[in-house]
Amino acid sequence: MQTTLVDLLTSAGLPDPLAHVIRALVPCVLIIHLVAVGALVFIWLERKVSGRIQDRLGPTRVGGRFGWLQTLADGIKLIAKEDITPGEADAMLFRIAPYVSFAASFAAWLAMPFAVGWSGLDMNVAVFFVLAVLGLEVFGVILAGYASGSKWSLFGAMREAAQVVSYEVPLGLCVVIPVFICGTMNLTTIGEMQRGFATNWLIFHDPFTFCVFWVYITCGVASVNRAPFDLAEAESELVAGFHTEYSGLRWSFFFMAEYGSMLLVSALAVILFLGAWHGPIPIFSIGLGWTDAGGILGYLASLAGCANLILKSSLGVIVMIWVRWTLPRLRIDQVMTTCLKYCVPLASFCFLGALAWQAWIPNVTPASLPAPFGIDRAAIRESWVTRAGGPHATVSDAQLTPQTASPVPTTLATQSVPDRNIPVAGSTAPIGREETP
Amino acid sequence: MTLAVDAIAWHQFFFVMFALLTCGFAVGVLFSGNIVRMAFYLVLSLASSAGLFFLAGAEFVGAMQLMIYVGGTLVLLIFGVMLTAQDRFISLKTPAGEWVLSLIIGGTLLALLLAAAFRYEGWQQAELGDTTPTSSQADTTARLGLSLVGVRPDKLDDSPRKAGMSGYLFPFIIVSVHLLVVLVGAAYMARAKKRTTTTAR
Repeated sequence: MQTTLVDLLTSAGLPDPLAHVIRALVPCVLIIHLVAVGALVFIWLERKVSGRIQDRLGPTRVGGRFGWLQTLADGIKLIAKEDITPGEADAMLFRIAPYVSFAASFAAWLAMPFAVGWSGLDMNVAVFFVLAVLGLEVFGVILAGYASGSKWSLFGAMREAAQVVSYEVPLGLCVVIPVFICGTMNLTTIGEMQRGFATNWLIFHDPFTFCVFWVYITCGVASVNRAPFDLAEAESELVAGFHTEYSGLRWSFFFMAEYGSMLLVSALAVILFLGAWHGPIPIFSIGLGWTDAGGILGYLASLAGCANLILKSSLGVIVMIWVRWTLPRLRIDQVMTTCLKYCVPLASFCFLGALAWQAWIPNVTPASLPAPFGIDRAAIRESWVTRAGGPHATVSDAQLTPQTASPVPTTLATQSVPDRNIPVAGSTAPIGREETP
Repeated sequence: MTLAVDAIAWHQFFFVMFALLTCGFAVGVLFSGNIVRMAFYLVLSLASSAGLFFLAGAEFVGAMQLMIYVGGTLVLLIFGVMLTAQDRFISLKTPAGEWVLSLIIGGTLLALLLAAAFRYEGWQQAELGDTTPTSSQADTTARLGLSLVGVRPDKLDDSPRKAGMSGYLFPFIIVSVHLLVVLVGAAYMARAKKRTTTTAR
């Protein structure tokens, strides 16, 4: 997509630097829309879901039967509100804090793939980048809490800082597990390795990944400051916590950041554990050769994959909303206990368990079947040795060379290696293989 | 050919931009009086230097910079500042004597670094052939990880006897043990003291 767009623009007569700028702006604008429109939809959804959970109707009037214009009306109201800076506040930091939060939430999306090749920035270390940038969102919250010059905000910021040091450790540990199973930090590759039916999803890779998925969800909810981890906000104790003093558009930036990172955290969960874009709409090759096909069919496959990803991520957001309106808020000591005393040991145990599983029963799962780019997981894991070591490479030369050749010989080559094709695995991939030739 | 030239232009533009941001906010740390603003400028300065790493194609180092320095350390710093800063420390005024002293020390260090940098021959003139943006798909992470566990993928074919024996496993282990000791020490210092009286809590 990257090269084609730039090439397209330059062939249309645009000067090359300008073409690069346009190419850079396209994903930015799309992602801003995803975050902003996503926030609109999810705030409406939150009202409806919370209404249903509390046996109410939620918004019903604005925009027709389901109140679906409610958030837009709210947005217009927020734009019209006066932007107030308290006298006690550190004005510069107070003004800048919402943008810090929003920018962090937005920038993390840049490295997220929506389908093969559909990412703002196809990064080699995308997982790590997303985690690192997501951690910066907290900085805006702490800054807001401090700069407001209000004791409620300061309390919120303090709690947030204490919360950060608790959840970041288990969150990192959880993410490491899919990374070492796939042998790459590239989110596109991790997603493509789960191609196939749900049995290929990493959550079903082994019992330990199944456990660690729930630990990830817990830490993910903590990382986006949602109930039961919304201590920084805690409207029953701290008025509104870190955003007590904010009004109007600045306040809504915090909310866009919150809903943006909710979607981000669940999209990351979907990519790491739930099969990325290989979702309810089947886009792997059943006879059609969807994703391998170029042109309009490949584009349609990517579009369907993007829909899959967003659908599953939205389901994740709904789960977060459900959790918020079901569980009571934890105390700060309970947050630290949950994260450090339960999540860290659990994640570490699952880490060791998944390692042992990889070492002793590596090829039992369907996941190690011949995979997307003609490379299976083991081959990707070991490909660095071949690539880096050149002629003296020791590992998996024999596996790799026939596989990288072309799609059709690939399947043949992998079939000829008997220990990679185990009966359990037979359920998914042969469907594609029978019909592609 | 035109494509390469234009790419270089953007590359240099962003390099200058990030470099200016880094230096500008570093100066901001120096001249700001408010300790929280100092921390904020420090965050921006470190984040801009992460941008420099990304620009150089060292994505792993850049993300590491964001994660460790910008994310971890500064959250801790701000946490510490907010917990400890009393009226006296909230706004810091540097006396003239300390300015002179720190200028001497900083200037000496700068002179030393500049001398060392300019003695390295490859840096004296820019080699235009080497300024194309590094591929973002560079296999840096796998190599780094391998080197840390003791295999240098770039030195596999050095000589048969010490093939792959030149990794960073030993320093890595030493640093890890050091950090572990620091962690245990910190936990020891920070733990709740034994209750001598029940009312002390």
